[in-house]
This record gives sequence, C-alpha cells and structure tokens, in this order.
Amino acid sequence: MEKTPQLSINEQYKEKYGFHVAEENYTFKSEKGLNRNIVEQMSEYKKEPRWMRDFRLKALDIFYKKPMPHWGGDLSGIDFENIHYYLRPTDKQGKSWDEVPDKIKETFDRLGIPEAERKFLAGVSAQFESEVIYHSVQEGLTKKGVIFTDTDTALREHSDLVKEYFGTIIPPGDNKFAALNSAVWSGGSFIYVPKGVEVEIPLQAYFRINAENMGQFERTLIICDEGSRVHYIEGCTAPVYSSDSLHSAVVEIIVKKGARCRYTTIQNWSNNVYNLVTKRTAAYADATMEWIDCNIGSKLTMKYPAVYMLEPGAKGEILSVAFAGDGQHQDAGGKVVHCAPHTTSRITSKSISKGTGRATYRGLLKVYEGCHGAKSNVECDALLINESSRTDTYPYIEVDEQDVSIGHEARVSKVNDEQIFYLMSRGLSEDQALMMVVSGFIEPFTKELPMEYAVEMNRLIELEMEGSVG
Amino acid sequence: MNKTSDFEIRNLHAGIESREILKGLNLRLNKGEVHALMGPNGSGKSTLAKAIFGHHEYQITKGEVLFKGENIVELEPDERAHKGLFLAFQYPLEVPGVTVQNFLRTAYNANRKARGEPEMEVIAFNNYLVKCLKRMKMGLEFAERYLNEGFSGGEKKRNEILQMVVLQPEIAVLDETDSGLDIDALKIVSDGVNSLRGPNFGALVITHYQRILNYIKPDFVHVMVDGRIVKSGGPELALQLEEQGYEKIRKQYASEAAAEPAGAAA
Repeated sequence: MEKTPQLSINEQYKEKYGFHVAEENYTFKSEKGLNRNIVEQMSEYKKEPRWMRDFRLKALDIFYKKPMPHWGGDLSGIDFENIHYYLRPTDKQGKSWDEVPDKIKETFDRLGIPEAERKFLAGVSAQFESEVIYHSVQEGLTKKGVIFTDTDTALREHSDLVKEYFGTIIPPGDNKFAALNSAVWSGGSFIYVPKGVEVEIPLQAYFRINAENMGQFERTLIICDEGSRVHYIEGCTAPVYSSDSLHSAVVEIIVKKGARCRYTTIQNWSNNVYNLVTKRTAAYADATMEWIDCNIGSKLTMKYPAVYMLEPGAKGEILSVAFAGDGQHQDAGGKVVHCAPHTTSRITSKSISKGTGRATYRGLLKVYEGCHGAKSNVECDALLINESSRTDTYPYIEVDEQDVSIGHEARVSKVNDEQIFYLMSRGLSEDQALMMVVSGFIEPFTKELPMEYAVEMNRLIELEMEGSVG
Repeated sequence: MNKTSDFEIRNLHAGIESREILKGLNLRLNKGEVHALMGPNGSGKSTLAKAIFGHHEYQITKGEVLFKGENIVELEPDERAHKGLFLAFQYPLEVPGVTVQNFLRTAYNANRKARGEPEMEVIAFNNYLVKCLKRMKMGLEFAERYLNEGFSGGEKKRNEILQMVVLQPEIAVLDETDSGLDIDALKIVSDGVNSLRGPNFGALVITHYQRILNYIKPDFVHVMVDGRIVKSGGPELALQLEEQGYEKIRKQYASEAAAEPAGAAA
C-alpha cells in the first residue's frame, strides 16, 4: 500500500510525518527542491482548506513562469533546488544550542539577551519562557475582539476572514518571490483589529509562542477595521540565525477608513541570507500607514515596503534604514502610490555603508491622474563610512497629475574627518566619535522606536561599527 | 634646563604636507594665567591651535608640546583632552541627530573614565548641565538641540564655551572665539571664560582684535608673525597693536629675520 512517500499522501504518511515525532528517514524535511507534490503535501499536512491548496498550486505555476528579476541585487547565488521549502515546527525545535554558531552566541552575550530569548531567537526552542506575559497579553486582546495569532492557526480558526483578504493586496503574480511565498508559505502573523478598537501596547512577534515565527516563507496579514489602531513589531536586534539561505516573506496590510497601523521591523540577518520580501498596504479613506523598516545584515536584501492610498485623505509614511556591512548589499527603499485625491505620503531613507558594503535606495513615487491635492516628499540620505563603501540611488517618480506638491531630496555624505576631530578633541575615542556620528544619522529612525528597541538598536549599530576605524 | 611651565611649546615646527607654517614657535603658559595670542591673518594662529590638539592634517616636524612636563605630540586628540586640554573651535562642526546633552554627557564621562573616576549618572549629569547652561545664560532647550545644527554663529561660539565650562579643562585654547559675535554674546562668552579663571585654569586666547581682551583681561600678550612669536608683553601690547596695526611689527620682524640666518630660532 505504501508508495513513494513523496508522491502519495495517505494515512500512514500523515501519521508518520505529521503528528508524531519524525522517524529517522522520512521526515518532511528530507526532501529538498520544489514541485507540486511538495506543495500538496504541505497543504495536506497542515489540513488546509481546498481553496488554499489551489491557491498554492496556482502560485507555484506562476513562480515557474516568472523570470528572475533582472534588477536589484545579484540573485545568481540562489539555488531553488537546494532549499527545504517546509520544515515542521518539531524539526526546528529539534535543533540544539550546540549547533548555533559561536559568532551568533557571542553576539547574544554582548547584547545581553536573556538565555530564554536567545534560544528562541536562534530557533533552538519554540518555548518562550515568559508564558505569563504572553497569556495576559492574549487575554486582554481577546476581550477587545482582537485576533493575534500565527497565520496557520488563523487559517484554521478564522478561515473566512483569511479567505476574504489573503492574497488580495499582493497577488501571487506580483513578482517571482511573492509567487514562491504564496506557494510554500508557513507561519507569519495574523492580526485583526475590530472597528474602533485601539491596541495600546505594540504587538510583538515573539509574544506568539508555539508557532513558527521566523520561517523562511512567512506570511503576514493584518486587517485594521475602521477607526482602529495597532502597532506591530517584528524581529529584534539579535542576528536571526538561519541555516537556510533564502528568506522570502509576504506582508499584506489593509487599513480601513480612519484606521492607523504602524509596522516596525528590525531585522539583523546572518550574512549568508538572501532577504527578499514583499510588503504592501492598502490604505483607505483617512487611514494612516507607517512602515518603519530597519535592515541589517544579510547577503542581499531587496525590500520596498509600499503604501497604496486608495481613497481620499489616506496617508502613507515609510522610514527605511539600511546598514550594509562588509560584503553586503542592501537594496531597500519604499513605494508610495497615490490613487485618490488629497492623499499624503513621505519616504525617508537612511543608509549606511561600511567597508565594502553597498546600500541602494530604490523607490517609487506614483501619482495617478485625478489625484489632485496629493502631497509627497521623498528624502534619501546615504552615509559612507569607508573609501570602499558604496551607495546608489534609484528614485522613480511618475506623476500624472498637475495639482500636486512633490519634493525630492537625496544626499550622500562621507563621515567627515573634521567632525571626528571635533568630537575627539572633547575626549571621545575615535570609535565613540564615529558611533556618535552614525547614531545621530539614524536618529530620525531610532526616535520612532519604543525605548528598549532604541537602546538595543544603538548597541547593535555599535557592534556593527566595530573595526571600522583603521 | 629651565623649570617647565604647566604648558609649554618648544621650538615647534609644523605644517600641512610639505609647507611649513609654524617655524620654531616658543610659548610658556601656567595655570592661573590668561595669554592672548594676536597676529595678522595667515600668521599661523589657527595652525597652532590645531597642531596643539593633534589634528592629523598638521604634521609636527620638530619641537615639543609639553603639558605638565609630558611631551604630548604623539597623543591622540582624545588623549590630550583626557589630560585636561580644551580647544574652542573657530568653526564648530555640526553633528546632526546628536543632542548637546547626549554629546556632553558622553564626553564628560569619557574624560572621567580615562582619569579613573566613576562615570556620572544621567540624572546627576543633567542637573550639572542645567547649572552650566544657566551660567552661560542659555535656555534649557539648548540641551535638547542637535549639536551645532542650525545654530547661529553666536550660538555656536557660546556652545563652545558651554562645553568648556562643562568639561573644566586645565588649559584651554580659544581659537578666534570672538569672531562673529555681537557685543552681548561677546560679554556672555567672556563671562563664561572668566568664571573659570583661577589657580587651576589657564587659557590661550587667540584673536585678531583687541576687543575681546576688554572683557577677558590677559596677563600676557604675544604677537605672532609668520609662524613665530615675535613679541611678548603685558596687556598694553594689545592696545598698542590696536593703535598701530600689525604692519609696523611685521616690517620690524621682517628686517630682523633678514638679519638672522633662516631657521636659527633659539
């Protein structure tokens, strides 16, 4: 009765690979590469509704048809056949602390991250010890009718809600990596905030336990109903260790009339990772969307959070910070698309390149005809630390309406020796002086962060800046 | 050998790349004294200030800068600060995103740490800073502004003296702090300097004009021409210069220099 496990899904398979501790040979993980069967198995294993399975398969077809992007960074190092597209949570939990590279452990030490959080961050354990915090947060949210869970759970427990919005903001056909994510997504956050509800505390990904927080292909969906308010924070300043080389997330956000959403990201990837993420928001009448996006680490990051302002009075704000260390390429920026009159947007990009690091600002400002009274301001600042550091700017501006107010500014600066001398003459060491210039440079970003994140962020930049002084 | 002064420059030769600007400069200064250094444009006054502080563009080719008996020419600028030296810049630099308060606390504690003293806590430091601000007649909101960013010329200079008051150096060099100041700002800046005067503080006031010396009374006045100090005296020398201009002394110096073999500074 049993055939090749990869090809047929049956009771035994499910029993063997789904609900029990994996037997030695045939774990789901053992299969690398991508094909229809893997996608079907994944969907089956998760007991997904039929529509999701079909959605995945359709997306897979699109993925095959779409060419690789020919712009941005160098993607030639990605080998789609050499990736595990789905890891069961138990596989991840099975990783031991000893397997985490010393460099990562050392960084945890220096950042002063508590033991429990370290293991969690390193993907060692899915058990976050502060269950108490988690539960009290969840209780408070539930009372208000807020749903905050991982997307897999949401699909099981709030299927209608997920079905209504999933893939509507970023359809699989949007780009090759969105198609890939749509085919093989797992984990990510799902948030629904009911009408008029304000969530006072920032919702943080690590409040969610027993979930795959930092999957390779996470899928996040946030729905802010009319007049609601929420702040979501993903990531943390510790380097996310991933033995897998591709991280390709999709984040879709719907901000309805008069609602307000802020999405803060601080991610620090280990330097083997391709971080290719699609993030987009649809903002309706008088709604406000703020992306606060900080990218550190990775081999290549391509990420341009977007806000589509669909109705009058919508507002979009993107604050993007990228730190490109030695050998890294940060291709980041933002997109604001004005589709209605009296919409306002602002993109502020700050990049720092150190050593042979390269930071690229890539952004789109689009105003459709008829969007009178639209206002937008784009500002890109690049700071180069060393002679070998590089920065480029690709600001695309397409404006099809006359009655608009548009501003664009781009600046590149090098760390000024005179500034360093000035600071040193007051008793700061050269490292301290350089750090002070850099932290001042990203201050518009750090001041938007909750206190503890701002402190961590500065410590992290400090670590990254070490050894910059010749 | 003579007894060393608290701060002493001996036969200092320095310049940018291959161009020599300081050509055997000598100067002695003790704590408790205020010296004025005057001279025409291009005489090397600002070069002296930067060379004293170890600006990397200025190479010292010969001579010594002794502070408390130690030759400091090989030290990094921050190490010189730790020892108790301070330079008020002619053109203070802007550091966007860094508040005056944050900067000064970092600098203050860096100095304390280097001297083996405990760092000062945030709240204690802020109280201290408030006192210093009041002394400089500066509003408290100044502490929250980004370092020199968007400051007027006068505010920048005042901020330099604020930094000096906070850091309490033993020897300070004020590089044309009076330039660009209106009379009110000049008084405030001078009051700040005067408030530090005492047995534990000495200053070298570099200036083009006599005006600031009406407010900061010097004990000694030196005249610098072409990279050397050519004349020293008491406060009356400044008044004399103001009256006669630099031309006379320059001519006098030029004829003396011609009579002497070049570079034979004693």
